[in-house]
Amino acid sequence: MASGAFAEAGADLELVAIHKRFPGFTAIESLDLEIPAGSFFALLGPSGCGKTTTLRLVAGLEQPTSGRILIGGKDVTDVKPYKRPVNTVFQSYALFPHMTVIENVAFGLRRRGVPEAVAKAHEALELVELDHLAERKPQQLSGGQQQRVALARAVVNRPALLLLDEPLGALDLKLRRQMQLELKKIQHDVGLTFLHVTHDQEEAMTMADTVAVMNHGAIEQMGAPEELYELPRTAFVANFLGQSNLFAGEVVSTTGDVVVVDVAGVRIAVPKERAQRHAGAVAIGVRPEKLRLHASAPAAEAGVNALGPGRVADVSFSGVSTQYHIDIPGIGRVVVFAQNTASGPVANEGDEAWVSWRVEHGFGLVDEPSTLPRFPSDTDTASLAAQTKEELLAELGET
Amino acid sequence: MAFAAFGPAALAERATPATLRKSWVAVALLAPGLAYLALFFVTPLVSLLVTSLNQPVLYGDVGQYEPALRVENYWTAIEHYWPHFLRAFVYALIATIVALAISYPVAYFIGVTARRWPFVQALALTLVIAPFFISFLLRTLAWKQILADDTPLVQFLKSIALIPPDGHVVGTDFSVVFGLVYNFIPFMTLPIYASLERLDTRYLEAGSDLYARPATVFWKVTLPLSLPGVVSGTLLTFIPAAGDFINASDTFLGSSRTQMVGNVIEANFLVLMNYPIAAALSVLLMGVILVLVGVYIRRSGTEDLV
Repeated sequence: MASGAFAEAGADLELVAIHKRFPGFTAIESLDLEIPAGSFFALLGPSGCGKTTTLRLVAGLEQPTSGRILIGGKDVTDVKPYKRPVNTVFQSYALFPHMTVIENVAFGLRRRGVPEAVAKAHEALELVELDHLAERKPQQLSGGQQQRVALARAVVNRPALLLLDEPLGALDLKLRRQMQLELKKIQHDVGLTFLHVTHDQEEAMTMADTVAVMNHGAIEQMGAPEELYELPRTAFVANFLGQSNLFAGEVVSTTGDVVVVDVAGVRIAVPKERAQRHAGAVAIGVRPEKLRLHASAPAAEAGVNALGPGRVADVSFSGVSTQYHIDIPGIGRVVVFAQNTASGPVANEGDEAWVSWRVEHGFGLVDEPSTLPRFPSDTDTASLAAQTKEELLAELGET
Repeated sequence: MAFAAFGPAALAERATPATLRKSWVAVALLAPGLAYLALFFVTPLVSLLVTSLNQPVLYGDVGQYEPALRVENYWTAIEHYWPHFLRAFVYALIATIVALAISYPVAYFIGVTARRWPFVQALALTLVIAPFFISFLLRTLAWKQILADDTPLVQFLKSIALIPPDGHVVGTDFSVVFGLVYNFIPFMTLPIYASLERLDTRYLEAGSDLYARPATVFWKVTLPLSLPGVVSGTLLTFIPAAGDFINASDTFLGSSRTQMVGNVIEANFLVLMNYPIAAALSVLLMGVILVLVGVYIRRSGTEDLV
């Protein structure tokens, strides 16, 4: 609390049945979340999914409509923000423009009456390697430096829980990578609990121990980054975290430890423990880099699924790998990422091609096939923009 | 680096004719403004300074003066009228403080609290400006009516013994300061509103996130960030209030005991026709205000405001 003591270690955070309604819409729909002490937790989701609202609820800047928030086992739902053992690194940094860097960093310490506030603030600035700019005003710093000051201003208070609201969003790619490593290092050195909100799936995966994917105010799936990537449970996760090839079909048999699905007349096997549903119409998928490209029909082989023939519709080279788009009649477009190894098969646009993958790489989703989003995912920025434009045009046409 | 070293010099050499042409254009564009200032600011100012040193024409009529260098005019003005100066600045100071105390919450409500309701914001702003649609004199006279003896309001104040049974409201220090506050409140509210309207409330959230109580957030974040508005609001109130002669005049809310320096300037110019003393008073008033304002701006650390 605001007693002047530093937190000894990070505290765990627990959200119980949180609902948050704003006039006209529901931001968070029954959210339960538990973050263990000392972990680096990422909330990942598209804009408007409720992740920033979740963060503001934890900081105390918003009040939940119902539900409880516990930090270190203590109920803080009705505790004012200035009494919570929580600090936030804001998306906009929100550095006080009328104070110097050092005054900004010492602000929280002074409010709590911590002795030697300025000396401790200098230490925090050293941690982010900005002590030489202590007397400057925030406007005189670059975006990356401001971000580091915002981080120092929060970390210096040793909060039990540090909240990061897309703090790297405004930085360019190279600086962002550098800051990601720095953040990770600080979290490791200081041992605080970090709750990081981001829409950047790569950032979430490289930095966090645990990632929770949020959509429409609820958590779709939560787990270690590798786990989420290798075994997405929903179509949203499959497409938001990386890309996926998704297929719909009827389960025709469940033999041994595989589920066999009829996808447009082709039998595709999926391991039973990797499939969420074992009967009826199901949606299954496979990651593009798990696919192998063949110039001729691959020989039928146990433990391998094959699709084809199709036509190569598009080839885009991206250095390490090449991305192929293959149109397979009756199934649709399939994306393949092939490593550019010298021996790999090379296909040109218009070539006939087959794809194959090992059965253990497939996964089955909980979604009804009818609700499957068409590939590519409708949540990437370009398609969101296109959708908004269509809506606007429709609206204009009406009036 | 070597390139940078000879860069500006080469640039300056090449740019000389262009710079000349540009400065000529700048002078041409400035000419109307300079002419206006010369005609309507410098000329009256010089005329005022000259008048303030005039001496009466020997055996001349009342109000007949001739150019001279009578610096004694200033001593006479100070000797006779220093209480009016003092009263003017004390009244103006109290009025400024009271107006600030009233205006800041109003401006905060319009500029920050009412952001979510643009209609309320527009309505409140209109209400602040609405008194301007009625003549300054009429508004002040209206207050004279309301505060006159035997009106319900004054009767009520007497009945609760807030003022003695034979007391008055009009003609007192209170009524003059009241009139000043009332008349200058929009000049205080609008600049503060303009500052607060741009206030990024995320700074306030950051403050409360960093353990600052609401009162601390106000003193450490909100007030410093709105200081430019507070400084311009207090200047826009204090300067005209110090020179005001309507509120304090006995035709309006004042009496012979509440005369401010503005009233004695008016009396010397228009009644006594003692132009040199009136001019000397005006120059003194201007000088004192300039010094006070200069010190104030320096102290508040907002030189970039002016």
